[in-house]
Amino acid sequence: MSSASGIVESTIRNKLLTILESKHVQVINESYMHNVPKGAETHFKVVVVSEKFDGLPLIKRHRLVNELLAEELQNGVHALSIVAKTPKQWEESDKLVENSPNCRGGFGK
Amino acid sequence: MNTLVRRSFQAFNTTLKISCRAFSEAGINDKIEKIVKNNKVVVFMKGVPDAPRCGFSNAVVQIMRMHAVPYESHDVLSDENLRQGIKDYSNWPTIPQVFINGEFVGGCDIMLQMHQSGELIEELKKVGIKSALLTAEEAKQGEKKN
Repeated sequence: MSSASGIVESTIRNKLLTILESKHVQVINESYMHNVPKGAETHFKVVVVSEKFDGLPLIKRHRLVNELLAEELQNGVHALSIVAKTPKQWEESDKLVENSPNCRGGFGK
Repeated sequence: MNTLVRRSFQAFNTTLKISCRAFSEAGINDKIEKIVKNNKVVVFMKGVPDAPRCGFSNAVVQIMRMHAVPYESHDVLSDENLRQGIKDYSNWPTIPQVFINGEFVGGCDIMLQMHQSGELIEELKKVGIKSALLTAEEAKQGEKKN
């Protein structure tokens, strides 16, 4: 990695680790894939593995993560791709995190 | 009397407008409600189905295409009020947003997972839409039997 993770990335990681008591967290800044300035922290992919997701349908899991990151989402982060699994689901999966779709210009071009 | 009412209403209206400035305007909620209640499947996206302006929106368009789902689409980039309004309406921070039968179902990630798990076919069935993938699968099964 070229530089230390940004402030937003660190904040997101801390929140997901502590509040959701996650067993595994990945916070991937995907801003570079998009039509935004270098070093931006606007597009993220998060992988969260937590027992707290047990019994929750997908949409509730995503809403939980959204609420946790509400402040970030109101201040600059405008794309959030979420992978939310229970530890059991994570173990049973291939643990591969797919890339998000390519940018198509957005508002800029 | 009328002047009094008019003046106090104006003051109230201004306050409402100021407090709403950070959010969408009041009427948009009703507009969105009408759209999602009057159409079985609605996609709020960036761009249009023929020319999506966002990879995540495009992914949803492609999924809809695979299932041959007839849907109503709305471009939030062409309407800033709608862009914020839809986020407030569904209490969901990102675009695209998919509604089936008036209910918010999810964004790109959820649509992708529903497509992969077969859940999307089931949800479409509930609103009377038969997925093209289901039709293709049935045709394949039919051929095998013959």
